[in-house]
Amino acid sequence: MSQTLGIVYFLFPLVLASMVPLALVALGALFSERSGVINIALEGIMVMGGFVGVMSIRYIEMATTLPPQLIAFLGLLIGAFAGFAFSFFHAYASINMKSNQIISATALNLFAPAIAVFVARTIFLSRRVVISGNYLIREVPILSEIPIIGNLFFTRAYLSTYLGIVIFIVLTIVLYKTRLGLRIRSCGENPHAADSLGVNIYRIRYIGVLISGALAGMGGVIFVLSFATRFDGTVVGFGFLALAVLIFGQWHPLKILYAAFFFAAMRVVASTYSGIPVLQDIRLPAEVYRMLPYVATLVVLAFVSKKSQAPRAAGEPYDVGKR
Amino acid sequence: MRRRIVQGALERVANRPASISAFSSILAIVSGLVVGFVIMLIVNPGDAVPGFLTILFGWLSEGSRSAGDMLYFGVPIVLTGLSVAFAFRTGLFNIGATGQLTMGAFTAVYIGVNWGFLGAFHWIVAVLGGMIAGAVWGSIAGLLKAFRNVHEVVSSIMLNYIAMYMNTMLIIQLIYNRQYARARSPLPSAHIPTWFLRDIFPGSSVNIGIFIAIGLTILLHIILNRTVFGYELKSVGFNRDAAKYAGMNAKRNIVLSMTISGALAGIAGAIMFLVAGRHLEPVNQLMQEGFTGIAIALLGLSAPIGVFLAGIFYGALEQGGYYLQLYDFMPEIIDIIIAVIIYFSAFSLFIQTYVAGYLRRKVGAEVELQQGTELK
Repeated sequence: MSQTLGIVYFLFPLVLASMVPLALVALGALFSERSGVINIALEGIMVMGGFVGVMSIRYIEMATTLPPQLIAFLGLLIGAFAGFAFSFFHAYASINMKSNQIISATALNLFAPAIAVFVARTIFLSRRVVISGNYLIREVPILSEIPIIGNLFFTRAYLSTYLGIVIFIVLTIVLYKTRLGLRIRSCGENPHAADSLGVNIYRIRYIGVLISGALAGMGGVIFVLSFATRFDGTVVGFGFLALAVLIFGQWHPLKILYAAFFFAAMRVVASTYSGIPVLQDIRLPAEVYRMLPYVATLVVLAFVSKKSQAPRAAGEPYDVGKR
Repeated sequence: MRRRIVQGALERVANRPASISAFSSILAIVSGLVVGFVIMLIVNPGDAVPGFLTILFGWLSEGSRSAGDMLYFGVPIVLTGLSVAFAFRTGLFNIGATGQLTMGAFTAVYIGVNWGFLGAFHWIVAVLGGMIAGAVWGSIAGLLKAFRNVHEVVSSIMLNYIAMYMNTMLIIQLIYNRQYARARSPLPSAHIPTWFLRDIFPGSSVNIGIFIAIGLTILLHIILNRTVFGYELKSVGFNRDAAKYAGMNAKRNIVLSMTISGALAGIAGAIMFLVAGRHLEPVNQLMQEGFTGIAIALLGLSAPIGVFLAGIFYGALEQGGYYLQLYDFMPEIIDIIIAVIIYFSAFSLFIQTYVAGYLRRKVGAEVELQQGTELK
């Protein structure tokens, strides 16, 4: 029994570390799609945010002696800003130029790793950006003493986890309980009706896309701080995984949390299964666990897409003439 | 007099919608090159001009050898470009070419490693195997679209990652070369033959993949423009309901067009890896060639012959990028240029509408935009 508990205490912080950025980036995608713009550029935006954020962290580390958690916080903010700025290109193409949103997103997905590796190689002669990488909080004082919860939530944690949880709650309230949120949702559902009521469709869609950009950018920094001590010009499909979380979660914040938990658990299992007695006996290759979220998403899509919960106008450029 | 000539030229352009589309393609290419050049100027102003010329004309620098390598680099991109373009023409967005290519590559290499008993037919069977694997992978997205109404972009993204992990898993389980941490090498009998190309392009890696690419370009051109089958595929793409009303089997056509599209990407995967010195690796990385195919399909206006030309142009850039390191520039500049080209080609509809409007004001000609080559 105590051994099982030990495994849970060991695994849960790892799952939490994956789950928070997944849920956060998926929530960003939710904002974008609810406003009517499909954003499959999350992967590229994460790379851009991660790259700029990690570069900044590296230079702050070298130039100052700030406490590590403050450096991490600055890095997260800078990454969010980079994602915000980068997603502007997607917003401009899809909203003003009425482009195919998949194409412009694909361009962003290709551009970000190319420029990141190009700049890194030009400056460091290597694609790697290395940071000191000590941003794990081993124990939160006092709180880690609480039985069970202390072990689950307040040991081996990251600042980004708490920040992410707060942002997730705030933005969910914004989307469902405020006037702005109602407008965003109406633009993705029936933009012409919203327009007739005086809502500025273009502006709202910009807000949706830029919020998703900021969250994805921050997600990129979280990815690097939590899973590596260096940035290689890639977030290895994490952005697309977040998209799968959004779909598996059927465009709903609470379900997104469940989906993020499931996907995060699979990620953790794939990298630690040799240490878990039950899974050790099954001896499946790690790739099976890595694949599972995508397979599950496909299955869900196959069964629910006839009555899809996706925003109705997502992916369609707004054309006043169609009113 | 001069004015009248200009007027006449404009009228001629205005009456040929294809040239307006081509104009937007060229504009996208020029924009990409300009951005690339500006970045090079920022990084290393002294070498920017020779470096930039190397990107454009590097494929000429070693004569027939570098020209052959340009074709070698271009072939897989032509094929993934054809794959994406074929789907475009039938109203589908095949963002899954990379997954289909991966499955094709693995199957081809598996056959190439293990089925040496086939002798002279070995490479043909390996390519066909790659084609079938790609077709199966593409058909999954088609079936989901036709029968379960799942958007092909979403399902293809999932299928890309499933293919990526499956590739890693299967390599390690079935054809692993532990010493080098990569897949085993295909037998020489499975290598794509070079025939007389070795004599024309001495020293280059070009093989008869280029003939396969040319053959498939012509075949697709005929299917799309000259056959009932192609007409039906395009009709379903334009308007699924109208096509159904006209008695066409919309579901069957969607599945078929994704299958064909997947088959093309599968062949690309086979041709890429059935050569000496190139190995599949279990690295959990998406193969970029599938995404580059999207750019090539857009630049080629989704017409097979246009795609072929755009693909070879890409090969030239790639080859130029190879020589770029002479000037201390990182070859990723090519990827940056391609990404910018894709970004601006996404504007094509806007540019076409704008140019058409301009011409209409200028010459009073009724300009009808060419439907079908553009994307909504």
